[in-house]
Amino acid sequence: MQYRITGLTLAAIGAGLPGAAGAQTLDLSVTIPQLRVAEYHKPYVAIWLEKEGAAPRTLQVWYDFDGRSAEGAGTKWLRDMRQWWRVVGRGMTFPADGVTGATKGAGTHKIALAGGKGGLPALAPGNYKLLVEAAREVGGREVVTVPFTWNGKAVTASAKGASELGAVTVSIKR
Amino acid sequence: MNFRKPLLAAAAVIAIAAPAAIAHRQWMLPSSTTVSGTDNWVTVDAAVSNDLFFFDHQPMRAVPVVTQPDGTEGKVENHNVGKFRATFDLHLTQQGTYKVAVVNEGVFGSYVLNGERKMLPRGTNTANLAAAIPAGATDVQTAENVSRNEIFITQGAPTNTVFKTSGKGIELVPVTHPNDLVTNEPGNFQFLKNGKPGAGLTVTVIPGGIRYRDALHEQILKTDAEGKVSIKWGQPGMYWVMVNEGGERPEGPGAGGPRPQGAPGGGQGAAPAGGPQAGPGGPGGRPMGPVRARVSYVTTLEVLAP
Repeated sequence: MQYRITGLTLAAIGAGLPGAAGAQTLDLSVTIPQLRVAEYHKPYVAIWLEKEGAAPRTLQVWYDFDGRSAEGAGTKWLRDMRQWWRVVGRGMTFPADGVTGATKGAGTHKIALAGGKGGLPALAPGNYKLLVEAAREVGGREVVTVPFTWNGKAVTASAKGASELGAVTVSIKR
Repeated sequence: MNFRKPLLAAAAVIAIAAPAAIAHRQWMLPSSTTVSGTDNWVTVDAAVSNDLFFFDHQPMRAVPVVTQPDGTEGKVENHNVGKFRATFDLHLTQQGTYKVAVVNEGVFGSYVLNGERKMLPRGTNTANLAAAIPAGATDVQTAENVSRNEIFITQGAPTNTVFKTSGKGIELVPVTHPNDLVTNEPGNFQFLKNGKPGAGLTVTVIPGGIRYRDALHEQILKTDAEGKVSIKWGQPGMYWVMVNEGGERPEGPGAGGPRPQGAPGGGQGAAPAGGPQAGPGGPGGRPMGPVRARVSYVTTLEVLAP
């Protein structure tokens, strides 16, 4: 991403489209692959939405938010999702309302979001990128980018990771 | 080179006083430069060595000064000086950018007493300079030395409060924040010399891991009229950046070890003659080289993969 984000402006992506709120649904499917490794920990995952000229929006962050150790375990490793951290994560306060979730194991995870609720703003038509970044303790890291154009009616787009992530599909309807 | 013997001897003395400017490379290496959360510890290695970042020569003995994001002074914890390196810890409890700095300020130079040229003792500074020069001394030549070694560590989002400048020596003004560096974007910085844009300063950039490669892969850059420089990064990793007048080891052969690669030859003789005190007086009445003020700046920058 070439544009620089210094803060999180709420609703920046959805701004300027009155009346669109409430009608959009964004269905997200993220596959975390089964890995044959000696030591496995569920990955930390960040999912966010970017649109040129608008502040990026975090849709989901999956990490050890309950902080099982004294040092508050989870947040210490958020920076390992380094692209998300630089783009938007480092400007947020944790646990972040409406987007925080526990880590998830191998399998396909479906998330249904409604425009204007939680982390998802009401989307104005335009070109977007949905990004999913996974970082695994004692493992690797991968970012999957799903570009799509929202025309206001319906769009489905997908991409596939090679190591830490499997298929990522985004489907938006109104 | 127009150095006369007395000054060559002087160079050896100064080398002890200002290692950063002449021999070896001084560095601090933090365990992390970018941390998330609200309560973290970062540990730092500090050493003087040729190979970056391998501690195999001397520890950096000075206890650094920590500036916290809110401008107050932080605490250096568990400072320990070992044979080859010093280590210390920082407890980060504020959000924003911390600065860890070792600043050496001193005065070096010489005077003539009873027909004999004497060096100012080690440890001379502006405060005790008058006492260091005995009555009856003539042909006093002095120059100030300011060397700065700084690293930056950010918890949460980067902030700019620690970049408040003092107007002394070389200082860094971020254009790109030093904790916001990625390999696919150049790092842009401005350097000030004594508070003013440092035009024509030499910026030496060397990636860490020297031991495991044949070529040094150093970049020798010059600041522009505004004191600005743009650094293009190679691989992700820790980079050592040194800024001064004339590049590494400006005193030429003999002052340090062998250079692993070709020196930026042009930078040496062309280094600006500093100061008005270009005294006339080596023995035999031949002109001595002027005593140059020395300023240098060193930092370690972590560049991440995008």
